[in-house]
Amino acid sequence: MNKIAALIVTLIVGGVLFYSTAFFPKWGDPKQPASIHVSPRYIEMTLAETKVPNAVTSVLADYRGYDTMFETSVIFTAGIAVMMLIRRSR
Amino acid sequence: MVKDLEDVVIRTVSRILIPFIQIYGLYVFVHGHGSPGGGFQGGCIVAASFILLAVAFNLRESKRRLKERTNAIFCALGVFIYAGTGYLSFLYSGNFLDYGQLSNLFPTDPIKARYYGMAMIELGVQITVMAVMVSIFLDLITAGKHEKTLEEDGK
Repeated sequence: MNKIAALIVTLIVGGVLFYSTAFFPKWGDPKQPASIHVSPRYIEMTLAETKVPNAVTSVLADYRGYDTMFETSVIFTAGIAVMMLIRRSR
Repeated sequence: MVKDLEDVVIRTVSRILIPFIQIYGLYVFVHGHGSPGGGFQGGCIVAASFILLAVAFNLRESKRRLKERTNAIFCALGVFIYAGTGYLSFLYSGNFLDYGQLSNLFPTDPIKARYYGMAMIELGVQITVMAVMVSIFLDLITAGKHEKTLEEDGK
């Protein structure tokens, strides 16, 4: 019974998520929000704002430093989770 | 589970290869600012050298080179270095991860300070990725038993 209920909930949520992809901007659309504000700002202002000659490095370490920090934390958490799950004394 | 296979070819080749793999991992990390690479990729390459050590030799040899306690400390140390670099700029009323403020702490100009700050956080990523990869690999191949696996094999 529980499994059937879980399956129904999963299907509904999955269906809603799939349906919402229809409203995404088209692939490579130059007028989508990310292309209007975000990318030109990073490309044009990287050298002036961060003094980093490489745009990839400035986005990774400076504009999105929080993202990289929590990515590292996620890896750390994954390692701790594997330790807790597998190194259980039986 | 972790068999101790005595193969001269594999052991000799890995003994020669492992230092070069580790140097290459550091190369990928150091050149990550200007070219493809960085902490994550370099950490994976260094972890691969320790995994090769465990596969070509045995678990005991791998543990002798990188102790389990040291590895667990490295797991947390990387995140600590990253967050600590971010907090350093608080000392000079900067924002979190504002690398330019590091020039007050170290005798460099702000631009060089940004470079060294980014190198520091990449180092943190590298250390954590390396330690976690090795830790997960050793957990999985021994099913979490570690030294007990060696005792069961009678070695």
